[in-house]
Amino acid sequence: MKSRHKKLALIGGALAVLGIIAALVLNALNSNIALYISPTDVAAGKAPQDKLFRIGGMVKEGSVSRQADGVTIAFIVTDTEKDITVHYKGILPDLFKEGKGVVAQGRLTADGSFSATEVLAKHDENYMPPEAAKAVNDAHTRAAEKKAEDAVAKPAN
Amino acid sequence: MKDRFNLYRFASPATFYPLAGRMIPWFAAFAALFGLAGLYLGMLVAPTDFQQGEGYRIIFIHVPASWMSMFIYLVMAFWAAIGLAFNTRLSGMMAQALAPTGALMAFLSLWTGALWGKPMWGAWWVWDARLTSELILLFLYIGYMALVAAIDDPRRADKAGGLLLLVGVVNIPIIYFSVQWWNTLHQGSSVNLTKSSMAVTMLWGMLLMAFCFWSYAIAVALARVRSILLERERHTDWVKAELLGVGDGERA
Repeated sequence: MKSRHKKLALIGGALAVLGIIAALVLNALNSNIALYISPTDVAAGKAPQDKLFRIGGMVKEGSVSRQADGVTIAFIVTDTEKDITVHYKGILPDLFKEGKGVVAQGRLTADGSFSATEVLAKHDENYMPPEAAKAVNDAHTRAAEKKAEDAVAKPAN
Repeated sequence: MKDRFNLYRFASPATFYPLAGRMIPWFAAFAALFGLAGLYLGMLVAPTDFQQGEGYRIIFIHVPASWMSMFIYLVMAFWAAIGLAFNTRLSGMMAQALAPTGALMAFLSLWTGALWGKPMWGAWWVWDARLTSELILLFLYIGYMALVAAIDDPRRADKAGGLLLLVGVVNIPIIYFSVQWWNTLHQGSSVNLTKSSMAVTMLWGMLLMAFCFWSYAIAVALARVRSILLERERHTDWVKAELLGVGDGERA
């Protein structure tokens, strides 16, 4: 009986040590494991200078535009604090949409914008039928309108 | 001690062999039932998704396969720990019997994910934390099977394999929490024990498929452990009796 329990404790202890080692290693590698950095990180100078890297964030509403040549697309990636303009020539994935998540690979150009060689869509974890999505959207719009009305009404009082 | 109900009885191969044989048809039937119901609900009843259209239906295979790939590994690691601590014969065999199914689940998860990733994300594969750690899980399964198969003495094979399983178990929380800990392309989890961000029929389709995969995994693991048992215990009297058709279990 004794030796069984000793062995079990040994296994438990070894697993705990292993877990701590893994946690420390992963913590040290944190910046390398992250797939992308945010526009705020770029603004803070954390972006590698002459290397490909990925930025991630939301496509700003109303920011997607096609250049005159018909194939270059420009849009703004935002993390709601900082914005960065992205230029991309190529096919966009199905889920690329304004107001949705995006991850772009490329490098910074001299004028501070981001020249992307690959654009990936990052969607969220919500799954629902289109009618439900519309209902949620409408509710949000109503809430926003109400808020705006309240804001207008208040100074008048 | 002796008059207490004894769980160790079921750890005896001679008792376990016929018991497993009786359970297999039940779990196979459950797998078929849940699978049919889940596929019907998932493919025909569940509504189209608002952003992904019909393509999202891959989740009815992808998510249960991913869950199982992680869960089977945990069960194998549990058996490995029991086997190493208590020196039970059956534990190592259970771990071995589960390994191919776990590898299959990890492979299915990666493969369906890639098929889905190309149209939705725009890439078959990215080296983000979720995808990479799941790939490591597949390698762990394959590594375990290779290691066990490479050692002739089954008891030593179980010990070596068990150690590998226990070391690899740190990968499971990494897979599960990767989407929270790091920036990944893979979205966060839609379903956990406390919340769900899915429409109800979609969720039920997925849960039914998960039950189907559970039952399937149990059925094939039991079938596999029975053949491992016969092979390993071939010198014992009960196996000889079983093979002659005079054992108290079912005919093999």
